Amino acid sequence: MPLIKNDTFVKDPWQYLGDEDNITNETDYVIVPLQRLTKEAGEFQSKISNLGAALPNDQDLQNLKPFLADVKLVALNFPKFADGRAYSQARLIREDLGFEGELRATGDVFPDQAVSMMRCGFDAFEVSENVPLETWKRAVEILNHMYQRSYAVSGDNIRM
Amino acid sequence: MYRYDEFDAQFVKQRVAQFRDQTERRLSGELTEEQFRPLRLMNGLYLQLHAYMLRVAIPYGTLSSKQLRKLARIADKYDKGYGHFTTRQNIQYNWPKLKDIPDLLDELADVEMHAIQTSGNCIRNVTSDQWAGVAVDEIEDPRGYAELMRQWSTIHPEFCYLPRKFKIAITGAPNDRAAVAFHDIGIKMKKNEADEIGFEILVGGGMGRTPVVGVTIKDWLPKKELLSYIEAIMRVYNMYGRRDNKYKARIKILVMALGIEEFRNQVEAEYDKIESPEVILPGEEIGRITSYFAPPEYQKLADTDIAYEEKRKADKAFASWIATNIAKHRVPGYAIANISLKPIGGIPGDATSEQMYAIADLAERYSFSEIRVTHEQNLVLPYVAKQDLYALWQGLVKHDLATDNLSLVSDIICCPGLDYCALATARSIPVSQNISERFADIERQKDVGELKIKISGCINACGHHHAGNIGILGLDKKGEEFYQITLGGSADDNASIGEIIGPGFSSDTVVDAVEQIIEIYRDIRQHKKETFLETYRRVGPEPFKEALYATD
Repeated sequence: MPLIKNDTFVKDPWQYLGDEDNITNETDYVIVPLQRLTKEAGEFQSKISNLGAALPNDQDLQNLKPFLADVKLVALNFPKFADGRAYSQARLIREDLGFEGELRATGDVFPDQAVSMMRCGFDAFEVSENVPLETWKRAVEILNHMYQRSYAVSGDNIRM
Repeated sequence: MYRYDEFDAQFVKQRVAQFRDQTERRLSGELTEEQFRPLRLMNGLYLQLHAYMLRVAIPYGTLSSKQLRKLARIADKYDKGYGHFTTRQNIQYNWPKLKDIPDLLDELADVEMHAIQTSGNCIRNVTSDQWAGVAVDEIEDPRGYAELMRQWSTIHPEFCYLPRKFKIAITGAPNDRAAVAFHDIGIKMKKNEADEIGFEILVGGGMGRTPVVGVTIKDWLPKKELLSYIEAIMRVYNMYGRRDNKYKARIKILVMALGIEEFRNQVEAEYDKIESPEVILPGEEIGRITSYFAPPEYQKLADTDIAYEEKRKADKAFASWIATNIAKHRVPGYAIANISLKPIGGIPGDATSEQMYAIADLAERYSFSEIRVTHEQNLVLPYVAKQDLYALWQGLVKHDLATDNLSLVSDIICCPGLDYCALATARSIPVSQNISERFADIERQKDVGELKIKISGCINACGHHHAGNIGILGLDKKGEEFYQITLGGSADDNASIGEIIGPGFSSDTVVDAVEQIIEIYRDIRQHKKETFLETYRRVGPEPFKEALYATD
């Protein structure tokens, strides 16, 4: 999946580790389903220096809490454009749990939703192959006034 | 009323530019209809049976003369010369073309209006009491808080993709004219024991296929905590509301599944995590916004105007309109003038461009250029001096706007039904028109007294049939329209859901059935002041059932 950060395509050093994939001494920069991470916590925490966690959007965030100090990336999922649960998860991960690493949006990530995602705390976006960067940038720039304070946004364009 | 500052103006312009871009991508084929659908639905654009329909927001039902003129112009330029005022205090255009929508929105932006979040699974237009600021029973004007919620909910980054649509209503008066108990969140301004004004918060009310009267989640909330508390409710709903079945996705289903105690606990737990209310709603922002709703510069008038009283004595038609359509005003010498959009045999809530222009002019002359839209699909001029009422009435008569039927049989709430709507299972407008024609004699309507008839053309209940004293629901049975009647519903401060009286009626017999119900009521009421609802609550459904379904 192409990855966008700071409104540009970047190389993605991370890989997803499935439930069946073994870990070796070489394994690094892996995003692990939270369920597996929970089961094999000691193994992952001792062997891997760059660890990420992937959460389904109905996961209780309490389950992520024990790993927040160890993970550098959290991947949240939008199974469908219209399923907005991960917006709330993102805000809680940033504002309540205080996570400062990479917060990645995965699944049905559409340029017209990018600004809302950023404002909820996402800073990395896996997009489908056919999203032109130009469309993405236009979607981000076209509406820059907002009524609510939110993550990573400040300045004169904020009302409250 | 609220006026846009530079920020608001810039925001709405950018939103139009964004929608123009999205529309162009759709017209060029870059976006499929499937991709465009959620984008257009965030901006009030539906695809109906025959054409696109655009719903324009009228925040808490308040309009200026300038805005109403613009709505009239849009009806002429982009539609077929009329618009339809809705139960959510909005206006709908039934015939715009997709390619024209961005230009139409630009014209709306010129008068501080938009179509943002009038559809889609997001927080919709916040509605309120149409008599806000002028009602005699009001504790505090709720419009400032409605405007705060409008701003806060506009393109809220977290809450634009909820499980389902979300409706908020607020009233500042104990006599509820905004049907707050039938909203996802209903807000009543009230005083606590220390005499401070705050809010009672209701949650989980609604109509649709599962009608529910909202329950109190917070008995009293300080003003400054309004947005943060609502944010906590929204977050619990966004995370845990059902998304597997759209008929089970409204917040009422979640509240019922968890029970109000558990739901409240979850909301309070989220509330504890939210940063201080002052951050979300700074105190000076409350002051800034509520200051826009200061009363207009009323003249000092005697409460009794002699010329007006004489006109009432001399002109029977005028006196009749005064008796039904005028409400008491909090300022001496003034009146609240309600304009019925329910002429006999007409389409409830429809207004032609010519009527809109006329009302805009009359409001400018007699009501500080302000108009309100009601959830019962009528209009209001909130600040009319009694000495001007006769001239106002004459102006209304000229444009077929002086029907003296407010809250009577022919003041019917009615959805567009199968004449327009893609969801409808039956027509609702002709039923409404036929009932209205049957009771064309206003004296007969006055004898019946207050009676709220509400008609929906499908189970989604846009015509509020569950809350009708007489509710009518149009369904489809093997290709034939038939109509189910409910009795005893009410949307006021003692809200109730109507009960199905028995088997449905055909389109040929439903009007007879309604007439029969009304005649039974007239026979059994204890005295002429006992309303239909009071009688029904006293006697229950039996006398009506017997008459309607007697076998011999």
